[in-house]
Amino acid sequence: MEAIRTLTSTAAPLPLPNIDTDQIIPKQFLKRIERTGYGDFLFYDWRRIQDGPNAGQPNPEFVLNKPEHKGAKILIAEKNFGCGSSREHAAWAIQQFGFNAVIAPSFADIFFSNAGKNGIILVRLTDEEVQTLLSRSTANPKHTITIDLEQQTVDDDQGFHAHFDIDPFRKYCLLNGLDDIGLTLRHADALDSYEQKHDAAFWLAPKFDALVTATRETR
Amino acid sequence: MSQPQTLFEKVWQQHVVAEPEGEPTILYIDLHLVHEVTSPQAFDGLRMAGRKLRRPDRHIATVDHNVPTTSAQDRLVIADQISARQVNALRSNCAEFGIEFFDVQDASQGIVHMIGPELGATKPGTTIVCGDSHTSTHGAFGALAFGIGTSEVEHVMATQTLPQSKPKTFRINVEGKLPHGVTAKDIILEIIGRIGTDGATGYVVEYAGSSVRALSMEERMTICNMSIEAGARAGMIAADETTFAYLKGRRFAPKGAAWDEAVAHWRTMHTDEGARFDREMTIDAAELAPSVTWGTSPGMVTRVDAMVPSIEDARSEADRKSYARALEYMDLKPGIRIEDIAVDRVFIGSCTNARISDLRAAAAVVKGHHVATSVRAMVVPGSQLVKKQAEEEGLDHIFRTAGFEWREPGCSMCLGMNPDILQPGERCASTSNRNFEGRQGRGGRTHLLSPAMAAAAAVTGHLTDIRKWPAAAKPAATEPALAQEGAR
Repeated sequence: MEAIRTLTSTAAPLPLPNIDTDQIIPKQFLKRIERTGYGDFLFYDWRRIQDGPNAGQPNPEFVLNKPEHKGAKILIAEKNFGCGSSREHAAWAIQQFGFNAVIAPSFADIFFSNAGKNGIILVRLTDEEVQTLLSRSTANPKHTITIDLEQQTVDDDQGFHAHFDIDPFRKYCLLNGLDDIGLTLRHADALDSYEQKHDAAFWLAPKFDALVTATRETR
Repeated sequence: MSQPQTLFEKVWQQHVVAEPEGEPTILYIDLHLVHEVTSPQAFDGLRMAGRKLRRPDRHIATVDHNVPTTSAQDRLVIADQISARQVNALRSNCAEFGIEFFDVQDASQGIVHMIGPELGATKPGTTIVCGDSHTSTHGAFGALAFGIGTSEVEHVMATQTLPQSKPKTFRINVEGKLPHGVTAKDIILEIIGRIGTDGATGYVVEYAGSSVRALSMEERMTICNMSIEAGARAGMIAADETTFAYLKGRRFAPKGAAWDEAVAHWRTMHTDEGARFDREMTIDAAELAPSVTWGTSPGMVTRVDAMVPSIEDARSEADRKSYARALEYMDLKPGIRIEDIAVDRVFIGSCTNARISDLRAAAAVVKGHHVATSVRAMVVPGSQLVKKQAEEEGLDHIFRTAGFEWREPGCSMCLGMNPDILQPGERCASTSNRNFEGRQGRGGRTHLLSPAMAAAAAVTGHLTDIRKWPAAAKPAATEPALAQEGAR
């Protein structure tokens, strides 16, 4: 996981609440078994004209198709971004399209976790602050935003300044690009002893017979 | 005496492996359910890092999202090569890592959230995860069950744990007797409508109250299933006699003296008198009515006897914008009666409502009637077990005679990852859980409702108030108006 301390970039404004992961990456792209190659499918349906003679052609009105927003590394949206399905493909698509951060007033829990595992910075600002950034990026595609993860601040080229909260451990992992499994394995001894006791509580075992057999063998 | 605890706190506390200072808790995971869509990259991750599966006995796998539901033959040889590759990947990964796998024609195959309970693998007081947001279903047994992403799937495979920040607690009490025609689906749709699709974000919800206690396990599963639609991390219902009766004798349930010991433990897994919740809400069951969604989010829901709302009914500026977009996408005009909305398709299925009691409720409505000529309707049992049971009871015959398609088990048209999809512009009465734009197929329009109301809509050709059944089934003097001029 690549670590990012500060990010300065133009932004793509998506002024809608409750953007669900079915929109971020539609289901037909979930059949792939690879972890890469999802960037082209980000907001697949929204990026295309749905009806009429030009159906299937790129929709020039959609923000990600506008040349002036090309290269933006920050996505701005309204509340409850990433709700719905748990598909991590949504986080992969956002990142592989070229976004390193999403700014919104709130995020759905599972998406929040998935984004963190992939080193995407999620910035929670107030509704008002998000609206300011949305309108500035909409009015001026060159509008540039700087996210400083270390300082937990967001600034722009027009004097905007805001502080954001982030869980200290999440911040530490993002700043250091840490592998979660490696972190958990620091507790291998605690895990071994917990598991030994826990296995005795057979009523918690998913496969009762299998576990009882296994426990008997080890005794 | 020790501090009174909530059910959630008890389960959480019993699964703490480590609580490192300033870091998330390392939580032990009792059961991981695996399916084909969110696992291949996790298995690859293990291989690349040279890691093993820590506890193969704590994983169960099946195929559900991708498998066609048309015929056994179509499932054994999947025509869609990309789907076939994904299903084959799970097959070989399970063999390589030693996971018990319920393959496509296995007698125990089914939607992953159906088979956990059916096998008796879902147990009270346990922690259960799956790379699928509807894992919340298993909370109906008093388990802490939640959906995770693929990186977390890999984490559970490697360590049988997950680093987790402790969520907040939210108790929703539903009190009183449910009025005629009101089902578990209507309860959860009402809750989502009241608190919004992010109303429970950051919380684990415990459903309690006399109405909830009176529900069957299958009904409880329907409620917990859609907890995620309110943004909840998980939904839970404390285990009781109903739970024990459901689990007894199932394949992975304890037997003999061990059963008694297990039940004794499970009886302790409830919220103590006086335990504090971060948030609490009470709903009077008498106020509930059969519900239907009209928009593109499960929170856009209303009573079946109401009208399509107008933008002015939205509670905030953000909601106004979503209302406008949803009305346009759904091709609906504010003020038209919900019951006047004509449907093209009816889908009875999904991990929300494809259990035997759901099929019985739908069959009871359908019996002696026929699907409207303008409607294509299908019933997709959630599992092989449900399909077999339904066929033994002759439900398949009732559905087929009425003009329904009777399918093989799988996720089917809930999410359109398999050949079952809506065509652009088609309108569907669906017992599933999500009405997002394009969820059931690009351009498709979904109305979420209970199995009985889906069945009624299939017969009448339009959304129908089940409380008027069977009178509503009789041919109307005039044809019901179309949703709007030009509606397909």
